[in-house]
Amino acid sequence: MAKRVGIEVSLAISEAVKLANVDAIAAYPITPQTHIVEHLSELVADGELDAAFIPVESEHSAMSVCAGTSAAGARTYTATSSQGLALMNEILYIIPALRLPVVMTIANRAISGPISIWNDHSDIMGVRDTGWIAVFAENGQEAFDLSLMAFKIAEDHRVLLPISVNIDGFTLSHVIEPHEFLGQEEVDKFLPEYKPAVQLNPDAPVSMGTVGIPEIFTEAKKCQDEVLKGSEAVVKEVFAEFGEMFGREYKVVETYRSEGAETLLMTMGSVSETAMEAIDKMRDEGKAVGLIRLRLWRPFPVEALRAEMVGVKTLAVIDRAVSFGGTGGPVASEVRSALYSIDQAPYVASFIAGLGGRDITIDDFIMVVGQAERMAAEKEIHQYKMIGVRE
Amino acid sequence: MIEVRVHGRGGQGGVTSAEMLAIAAINEGKFAQAFPSFGPERRGAPVIAFARVSEEKIRNRTKVYTPDVVIVLDPSVLSIVNVEEGLKSDGMLVINSAKSVAELRNEYGFKTSLAQVDATHIAMEELGLPITNTTMLGATVKAVQSLIPVESLVAPLEARFGRIAARNIKAMQRAYDETEIDII
Repeated sequence: MAKRVGIEVSLAISEAVKLANVDAIAAYPITPQTHIVEHLSELVADGELDAAFIPVESEHSAMSVCAGTSAAGARTYTATSSQGLALMNEILYIIPALRLPVVMTIANRAISGPISIWNDHSDIMGVRDTGWIAVFAENGQEAFDLSLMAFKIAEDHRVLLPISVNIDGFTLSHVIEPHEFLGQEEVDKFLPEYKPAVQLNPDAPVSMGTVGIPEIFTEAKKCQDEVLKGSEAVVKEVFAEFGEMFGREYKVVETYRSEGAETLLMTMGSVSETAMEAIDKMRDEGKAVGLIRLRLWRPFPVEALRAEMVGVKTLAVIDRAVSFGGTGGPVASEVRSALYSIDQAPYVASFIAGLGGRDITIDDFIMVVGQAERMAAEKEIHQYKMIGVRE
Repeated sequence: MIEVRVHGRGGQGGVTSAEMLAIAAINEGKFAQAFPSFGPERRGAPVIAFARVSEEKIRNRTKVYTPDVVIVLDPSVLSIVNVEEGLKSDGMLVINSAKSVAELRNEYGFKTSLAQVDATHIAMEELGLPITNTTMLGATVKAVQSLIPVESLVAPLEARFGRIAARNIKAMQRAYDETEIDII
């Protein structure tokens, strides 16, 4: 086992990007993502990473530059948060439509207003339908590992789509914790050089970003959707290969002590580890409660989720964003849809928690499980409930 | 698991002291976290930082609500912040103050174990600056022996402070030697 190194998670991600030997980075600083690209700019300036670091005047420009460098065949990386991601929105749609394997870290942060620099998932939920693959990390080690795997997934010729690695702002990005790094040789064995399928080249001209007249637009979107859905198989392959090479296992849907559980708590991101502590407490008291976590958010892992529902009566889904006036939290709505047609589908309780940096404590998780079980017993009809609101 | 909360003022290096503690513990083969309170921090305003040190993998990622150890870098926060908030009854309060343990108990009514060192005086003599974060690390590891050995802080301090590392290490060692501890 490699020696554990105490380092800030943001810097560990920068090291992963360096090990991936990216060719181009375009970014604009925004809290809480800033340390990642700040460190990358140092690595480039110090000659430790041979890449073009392209400072820009906005996130809209950052993602536009990423489109250009990726189209030219460069392995391309960026990182952002919150308002920065929102400002990229227009270009975010273009990247997957052009089949450009850009890798982006999103240090998840609330979207204003009120103005908030703190963590929740409203930024990623706002770009849910842009066609990017999206994965979530629960700790620094996963952020490091997923950052490396992201390039391999995105650049696979069966995929060629952009991917966001989501890490909770501050609660992951600014924490110093232990990481096991990989050496350059190991990474090189895992992650081959990027070979574009098509690239902009004056000697062999191609057109990218052309008009889609009504006669072909639907077909173009069908192709894009098929390839995104198909990417789940490649995600699983890359997870398996990484596990074999380095001994750290990843799944698109992860569980914790879910054997025989009648109630499952569902989380995404760094609150999952705190939730495990809550599960241990409840299991110690003899409750049949487990945890299920979505690692892959897009494409949504429908079958993998359904496979975990055997014997489950109640599912308590924690969302960290509000779909204002919607039918449930963004994750809970998807989960209800995914489980609607299965036999003996569990009761899905939708809770909104941890907005704008509010902690979700071990006691909060225990309270949520109890409340979900009561709601299930009473078959309470509800859309979503916001918990921990001070009145 | 030992949970730590650091009180200081913006610019005094409270976050750095939590970080040094965590890195030293991880170098020792333990598990640790350090993180700031993520507030709108301003130079001079009261700020807090957190650390956790454990023999096992740490999963709880919330703020530290019931610390085992509270470190006070700046005596002036004692009158404006309840530094004892959430401190476990068998916890340890480590305070930078020119006042003695008895005087501190008398003035603030502290009930838990207490460690005191005049870190500002040491920092002024060794660093020429009233920055007490590294000094108070020496006091902390003296007061709470189960955290980490004092020697384990040398490498992280060298990595962080470069040419002024030697002076910070000396300040830390002096605080380690001069800290007065009153166990309840």
